[in-house]
Amino acid sequence: MRQAGAGPTLVLVVGVGVLVGCGVTLVLERNLTRVLLGVILLGNGVNLLILLGGRSGTAPVVGTAPAGTWSDALPQAMVLTAIVITFGLTAFVLAVSYRSWYLTGDDEVPDDIEDRQVVRQAERNEVVAADRGGEGPDIDPEQVDPGPARRRPTRPGDGPG
Amino acid sequence: MSRLLPLPVVVPLLGAALALILARRSRLQRTISVTCLGVTLAVAVALLVHAYRHGPVVVQVGGWPAPVGIVLIADQLAALMLVVSSAVTLCVLLYSIGQGQGEAGETPPVTIFHPTYLVLTAGVTNAFLAGDLFNLFVGFEILLSASFVLITLGGTEARIRTGSTYVMVNVLTSMIFLAAVGLVYAATGTLNMAQLAQRLDELPDGVRLGLELMLLLAFGIKAAVFPLSAWLPDSYPTAPAPVTAVFAGLLTKVGVYAIIRTETLLFPDGQVSGLLLMVAGATMVVGILGAVAQSDMKRLFSFTLVSHIGYMIFGVGLSTAAGLSGAIFYVVHHITIQTTLFLVAGLVEVRAGSTDLRRIGGLARVTPLLAVLFFVSAMNLAGVPPFSGFLGKVGLLQAGVAAGGPLPGALVAAGALTSLLTLYVASRVWTIAFWRVPRLATAEPAVRLPALMVGATVALVALGLVLTVVAGPLFEVTADAAADLRQRTPYVRAVLPGGTP
Repeated sequence: MRQAGAGPTLVLVVGVGVLVGCGVTLVLERNLTRVLLGVILLGNGVNLLILLGGRSGTAPVVGTAPAGTWSDALPQAMVLTAIVITFGLTAFVLAVSYRSWYLTGDDEVPDDIEDRQVVRQAERNEVVAADRGGEGPDIDPEQVDPGPARRRPTRPGDGPG
Repeated sequence: MSRLLPLPVVVPLLGAALALILARRSRLQRTISVTCLGVTLAVAVALLVHAYRHGPVVVQVGGWPAPVGIVLIADQLAALMLVVSSAVTLCVLLYSIGQGQGEAGETPPVTIFHPTYLVLTAGVTNAFLAGDLFNLFVGFEILLSASFVLITLGGTEARIRTGSTYVMVNVLTSMIFLAAVGLVYAATGTLNMAQLAQRLDELPDGVRLGLELMLLLAFGIKAAVFPLSAWLPDSYPTAPAPVTAVFAGLLTKVGVYAIIRTETLLFPDGQVSGLLLMVAGATMVVGILGAVAQSDMKRLFSFTLVSHIGYMIFGVGLSTAAGLSGAIFYVVHHITIQTTLFLVAGLVEVRAGSTDLRRIGGLARVTPLLAVLFFVSAMNLAGVPPFSGFLGKVGLLQAGVAAGGPLPGALVAAGALTSLLTLYVASRVWTIAFWRVPRLATAEPAVRLPALMVGATVALVALGLVLTVVAGPLFEVTADAAADLRQRTPYVRAVLPGGTP
């Protein structure tokens, strides 16, 4: 038991560091399951960090201890909310990674297909979705201006066309 | 009036519960969703009028006085955001109902869609109304959880692929935000924004800068500001059209709103305004250059979305009242226009079978109405006079010129360049998709576009035009909101009428 009102213990601070460090390493993986494990570790690290932000002390219940020695109840309430949120998100990501495994046989996060396409086009120095013309009067029956070749021969007396 | 304040959060949540219970009776479910969003819109308008005339509306949830309990607060900025966002969500909901009724294109499964959509709305309104940093986090989480479901709707391979990127990026952002919230609490001992406004001022400069940067990092990812924006164009385009539209219109703007709030209320001394300006310039230019390279309408619009976030950050980074006012006006304009463009892209997909510019063409002759809708909103986005996009850009550029100095000057140049490139991109889409020889990607006989889908899109285009007509009064409201934000006292006094405890 620590003295009430003392600062956070070094053990907890190191714990936050280790959890977040492992979490970041795992999140950098391509495999969705490992990323999820990383997110869980990260989440726990952050929750511990929040807990460290409040004053430590005895249980914050009126009548159990003199008023000044209570721990701060607010970070504990926030951590509860955060835990519930992380839990829900974890369940959702599990469902996504299962679905991904079901559809493709693995749960790797692949590159974006369109991005690759644009990169390939840039390498070949191509123009994207260019309007290459090729729609002269013969191709398009609804062309409004039929062009000079099809103009009616002007008769004398018609005035300037 | 303060009794009305919780309604924009509570009504959609209750509506979501009802819609989930009545999952099998789709007609009733639709009525409930439309009614809920209609009520939200009406309340939002009432709140805006009240906030403009009499100052911020505050409610202490549960009757606990301010620094202890949770407060919801609607000042002019929040109320304005609320009005625009509920109008846009209502239109998109009608559009999705139209999509479900007509046998056109892909239809979202109604049973899941409506409750989730209402939860998303509740999250957005909660984030706008939150007067408490942790409540803001909860608002973000509500809207994110709903958006996770919506972006992977149907669970096809493409959506799972893009959805997993989206989910992971946003979960990590929430972690960063949560850690920042924890650190703010550790440093100040409170999370009430009005109280934070005073306590943060007393912190040493270095600590304050660290907290500010951490919050900005989280909000910057949500708002898709340039070095943090790569996730957005990869994940938005594959979702169903109404979902992409509402995400593009609203979710990034919630991030922008949070940036405006933190930069004005919590950290008003402008320590990072230089950084914000540089990031804004990079966002504008890099985003629009990305759009130039795209060949799919939806991806292209995702890149213009990223690019135009830069304008809003530019206004915030100037940290003058004129800049803020311009930024708020631009947010209002951009929510409407970007949503409209995605809805039009959805209509194009229904009619032509694809939004890929390599496969479609000549839609102006096939569906003239669609062409008009696209043309008006694309020109509005590009900032062609007299549309609201032009007015918003002029407001921002004027504020930039008035601020003076080399960096704002460079930003003004970047803004003008971006506007021109947006015009180039918009006219490229116009020539290829609407003007050349008609070419459709679908061999099916022409279906009539459902009237409700077209009607909702027309309503949003009309809203964009109304913004142009009422730009004068709207600029008055935004200028007033910006002045209040700069002063900070109206907000703080509304939350803590008895002074600081």
